[in-house]
Amino acid sequence: MKSSLALVITTTLLLCASPAFAQQKATVQNVPEIAYTVVPNLLKVPPGETLGEAVGIATNSKGHIFVYFRSANTRLWEFDKEGVFVKEIGKGYYGFEFAHSVRVDPQDNIWTVDEGTNIVTKFSPEGKVLMVLGRRPPAVEGAVATTAGPNPPSQKYIFCRPTDVAWDPQGNIFVSDGYCNNRVVKFDKNGRFVAQAGSERAGREPGQFNLPHGLQVDEQGNVWVADRTNNRYQVLDNNLKPIKTYDNLGTGWTICISPGPHQYVFPSNSNPNGNPPGSWENTGEIYKMELNGTMIGKFGHASKEAGGFQVVHMLDCRNPNEIVVGEIESWRVQKLILQSPTSAKTSSTK
Amino acid sequence: MKRFLTLSIAAVLLGSLVVAAQNSVPEIAFDSTANALTLPNDIYLGEVGGVAANSKGDIFVYTRTGHPTISIGTSRAFAHGGSRLFQFDRTGKFVREFGQNSYAMLFAQQVRIDPQDNVWIVDQMANSVNKLDSTGRVVMLLGRKPESINVPAAAPRGAAPAEGAGGRGRGGLPGEGAQQDVFNRPTDVAWDAAGNIFVADGIGNARIAKFSNKGVFIKSWGSRGTGPGQFGSVNAIAVDAQGNVYAADAGNKRIQVFDNNGTFKTQYTNVGAPAALCITPGPNQVLFSSNSNPPEDIDVAGEIYKMKLDGTVLGKFGRAGRLLKEFGAVNSIDCHTENNLLVGEIGNMRVQKLTLR
Repeated sequence: MKSSLALVITTTLLLCASPAFAQQKATVQNVPEIAYTVVPNLLKVPPGETLGEAVGIATNSKGHIFVYFRSANTRLWEFDKEGVFVKEIGKGYYGFEFAHSVRVDPQDNIWTVDEGTNIVTKFSPEGKVLMVLGRRPPAVEGAVATTAGPNPPSQKYIFCRPTDVAWDPQGNIFVSDGYCNNRVVKFDKNGRFVAQAGSERAGREPGQFNLPHGLQVDEQGNVWVADRTNNRYQVLDNNLKPIKTYDNLGTGWTICISPGPHQYVFPSNSNPNGNPPGSWENTGEIYKMELNGTMIGKFGHASKEAGGFQVVHMLDCRNPNEIVVGEIESWRVQKLILQSPTSAKTSSTK
Repeated sequence: MKRFLTLSIAAVLLGSLVVAAQNSVPEIAFDSTANALTLPNDIYLGEVGGVAANSKGDIFVYTRTGHPTISIGTSRAFAHGGSRLFQFDRTGKFVREFGQNSYAMLFAQQVRIDPQDNVWIVDQMANSVNKLDSTGRVVMLLGRKPESINVPAAAPRGAAPAEGAGGRGRGGLPGEGAQQDVFNRPTDVAWDAAGNIFVADGIGNARIAKFSNKGVFIKSWGSRGTGPGQFGSVNAIAVDAQGNVYAADAGNKRIQVFDNNGTFKTQYTNVGAPAALCITPGPNQVLFSSNSNPPEDIDVAGEIYKMKLDGTVLGKFGRAGRLLKEFGAVNSIDCHTENNLLVGEIGNMRVQKLTLR
């Protein structure tokens, strides 16, 4: 924390540019703007119910939309592709306390990542528990005191506020872990530990992390990690050796990689929680690029109105031209229909 | 000879894993029924503290689930919820829930069914043993839920309870002198043929308490330590037809055997760190003991042993893992017959129905 503060100060001094949050401004240049239309109020929430912070969003092969969100209790809802409510999954489940991510694997199993219980759960499409990774701290040990000092050493099978889950084409499981550990863990498809990059300690070297906040795996098996507090994305090979860094896309909040033979990468430089002064000018856009890093375009901006974003926490890109976006603030899920990128109009659609 | 050698080595390497003995034990082939329990769509099992079947084959599961909660805006912090008790029929179909909104279902530890089909639940956080009749009515309570809990926790996250922490004995070793049914993280309950009640107490205390069938305190034995009749922890308990008491002393990686009055008879040190015990009914009783993996690691231990009551190991089966026929921190074994077992797992939040071949 201290070191990241120091970094922030250094960066700000070095750039000597716009006041606060300069560290989150992406430095990538001449990115074409991708126009889009928005389907607001996409989800028809059952009467008497209220969506909360929509931190987790995913779709399955039928286009059904899953929202893992924070309300009075953390809950997981399934909607059909038109946004009609289908069912709730995990009502009263021990592994739900503070939602962070939901992803759907190629077999349509639904995986939740809960940073309150430190549990990653694999649900069948019907909503039955198939696999549990991690363990909830036992209640019998009492209330957890707010921790101070260095993080305890990371353990193979225990998470500390994990953030996201992904799979390679062989079914190996990758978990970003998280807010108090600073590592990426690889398990085999049966949930056995294989390897990890990083540790409980935050770091800036390649293969180290400072709040790994989201991850995806491409068809080559490479692991893309949103390394949030380091303001970068890191690409690791399948054995978690670092191979590439993107540090010109602002803060690495979350990432989506579309499926199919031609994959696209969507990193999000989300606007920060609390909307500090100046942040709307510098943040809030999502990028679209090729797997090799070639920039295609960008879209979106910070705003409380429909069509704008309030802290994009996760996005679904199963169809790379129809992006479903879950936001922390504004408690909102929107679907964006992307147009072809218009070449190099300067980004002034705000 | 082999057995003698192994024992000598174990004696030398005090507290070590006794790997040699495990390697020479025959493997028992077994199957696990997929989806042994059918849950309604809005009911989920959490960590399974206990599983047990009654005389009709109905299955009871005491599980850590829901949202364990403490209140704020109160004079002290009060704990609520966190565990539920479910009944299934012999085919695994959900029947009903017991004890909704109970005062003392906080951290499910164990469920056992007595010969009269009463359902006994042990709660490790409510420090209570609760006897319910087959309709779910509370007919006896041993122990009492602490009125409130301390915030913040006395120990840092993940740390084991400090030596003697919370122990209510008046001086001396933890558990020693603990009063009657003042439990501290109790773990299990069992009965002898006369209906006397034995409570494993447990993790906070390190003793066994004996009560009459009316709940009258008779005696208590044990304290924290490594000697005969002392315990690292008492994680499970079972009583045979002769009234001998078998205690899973996981902390010392042994099973200790006592007579009905708590006199130490013998110990078995070749089955790892036992976390769950079960003795079959009937004339030729056998003992099952689980060398459960810790919930935070699936790369060690996990196998279940089948033994004669004299400690002879007949075989073992299973290992730690997440697949069917693998075990994630087994906390409970039901063995109404020798070849048909139910096991409850903490790590995998499930019950497996096993058939030994």
